[in-house]
Amino acid sequence: MEKKSIPLSNLPVHTKAMIVDMHGGIHFQRKLHTLGIRKGQLITIVSKQPFHGPLTIKVCGCQMTLGRGMAHRILVEEQT
Amino acid sequence: MKKSIVLMGNPNVGKSVVFSRLTGANVIASNYPGTTVDFSKGKMKLTNEYAELIDAPGTYSLEPSNKAEEVAKKMFNQADVIINVVNATNLERNLFLTLELLEQNKPVIIALNMWDETQHLGIHIDEKKLEQLLGVPVIPIVALTGEGINHLVDRLSDATINKKIQPTSEEGRWIEIGSIIKKVETVEHRHHTWRDRLSDLTIQPVTGFPLALGIIFSSFWLVLLIGENIKGYLLDPLFEVYYKPFILSIGEGIGPGFLYRFLISQTYGVVEFEEALGMLTTGLYVPLAMVLPFIIAFYFLLSILEDTGYLPRLATLMDNIFHKLGMHGHGIIPVFLGLGCNVPGMMATRALETRKQRFIAATLLSIAVPCLAQTSLLFAIFSEENLGEAAVYAPFVYLLLVFSTLIVLYFIAGYILNKTVKGESPEIFLEIPSYRMPHWKTTIKKTWMRIRWFLKDALPWMFFGVFLINVLYTIGFIEWIATALQPVFTALFGLPGETSVVLLSGFLRKDLAVGTLLSFPAGTFSAMQLVITATLLTIYFPCIATFVMLLKELGIKDMLKATVIMIIAATTVGVSLRLLLLGV
Repeated sequence: MEKKSIPLSNLPVHTKAMIVDMHGGIHFQRKLHTLGIRKGQLITIVSKQPFHGPLTIKVCGCQMTLGRGMAHRILVEEQT
Repeated sequence: MKKSIVLMGNPNVGKSVVFSRLTGANVIASNYPGTTVDFSKGKMKLTNEYAELIDAPGTYSLEPSNKAEEVAKKMFNQADVIINVVNATNLERNLFLTLELLEQNKPVIIALNMWDETQHLGIHIDEKKLEQLLGVPVIPIVALTGEGINHLVDRLSDATINKKIQPTSEEGRWIEIGSIIKKVETVEHRHHTWRDRLSDLTIQPVTGFPLALGIIFSSFWLVLLIGENIKGYLLDPLFEVYYKPFILSIGEGIGPGFLYRFLISQTYGVVEFEEALGMLTTGLYVPLAMVLPFIIAFYFLLSILEDTGYLPRLATLMDNIFHKLGMHGHGIIPVFLGLGCNVPGMMATRALETRKQRFIAATLLSIAVPCLAQTSLLFAIFSEENLGEAAVYAPFVYLLLVFSTLIVLYFIAGYILNKTVKGESPEIFLEIPSYRMPHWKTTIKKTWMRIRWFLKDALPWMFFGVFLINVLYTIGFIEWIATALQPVFTALFGLPGETSVVLLSGFLRKDLAVGTLLSFPAGTFSAMQLVITATLLTIYFPCIATFVMLLKELGIKDMLKATVIMIIAATTVGVSLRLLLLGV
């Protein structure tokens, strides 16, 4: 069965996923890259703040908080 | 020319701790990214010469994305040697900057910090192999305890321009990093620790919000408790028992007259420290006995909060609210620091990315965030002793009125500024560090450094303020201007003419203005008038030191804009409070 890619913002909390694509300008991509958020990386959501607040994610052993809008532009595939 | 050595690395890898270790100088370090927003310079002894050591702000890459990172880039350009501080627990991400640095034809040495943490986390790094692959020295260190620092100094002369790493594209760098990591790092699986659980509890909204409220309230309660005790059991007795007889006997030597009023008290033979207004009485008592105890308590608790790594989690929880105000969650940091003193708070606005965010953060800080000196004096004004007959309600009701006005103002002004100031408000993007147990020695040292800063930098201003007020009083200037401005203050805010004295001295130092308020005879102000005056004092202008900082951070044009906003805010709030509280 082919896996479907979804925006990171739609991924449920505590589910593991793999980053498959990122949309956005060069600047945005670069910023994400320097923080270790890249295609092929495994990512989990640690928490989601209510009312479209930011997400806290875990990627390469490190946690960071990013806005919902950014999370929307990162596409992931759920890992089973 | 002296050699210039620059410390570079990602945010929150411990550069400032390394800096303190290498120079013996003291700089503030914390467990959250962005503590160092400017650079610090120090001297460091090499084998037979001194070199200049520079602590640059943290950066993820040599292509800057905020003001602090621009500073880092500038520091890099003027460096002779780079010490690249790397967080060993997060090698993969840190190596990106390392590779960028290695491509630049400057001698580099790598300090692999937090070496002790890797063991707890089950991370094994082959540092010899890493040294081989990168072609520059790699030295494991634990900056907090000083382990490995001597070794780092010994090998500083081995720093070389690498010959292994070739300039490549960004993609190329990541591929390179992948292959390096594979060769040098192995990670054991480990179980969840209490730190992971605590981290989870404090960042999940359901548990995080109640915990945040609890932490903030208990922190402030502790500040008050510790401060009151230092004042009540240590400083008040010192002043009353030892200093008062001394100052009274000096007074007898001087005899009644101008000099007595200037130095000791307005009333001959009577010294009440809070109200005497003499240089040697109130001038010393206000900063040392009324403000200092709370400063000590505040900075002690702030240091603990900073070193544990809690603040970025608080920023995450608060992000939503701060977005409505045109900033993002990081905007809570300037507020937190500003509650101690607005000057460091102003500096912390630099970690925000855009001009709009910085402008809003700085303006709101100077309008609606009272520094601790003000807060402790507000407590003095609205104390039972001072209010006396004027109190209709319990003293805390008035305090609550002042603080809730400030909070409401912070939000309303922020909301309006967000709608009217042009520019972008990017989303939050913040690293969440692991919790760390505060190292008690570091915490105490940091608290002491901040207290010393207060004594050296803020205290002389307060003293100067008392001096100037005394001079102005003596020559009759204060009465003159009070009479001149009386109609304005009475018409706008329903306040007695004396208010102008207070507001005038408030420009020099607000806490002092509040002190002047205390010295007026009972009955000059009604309790509600005191509320209005105290609130206005906080809003209308920051103290001179903060003003200078505001000018530095925003530039002349934006500083003037901020000033206009302050005047508008003060007038609006003053008039509204008058209508609400005085009903006229």
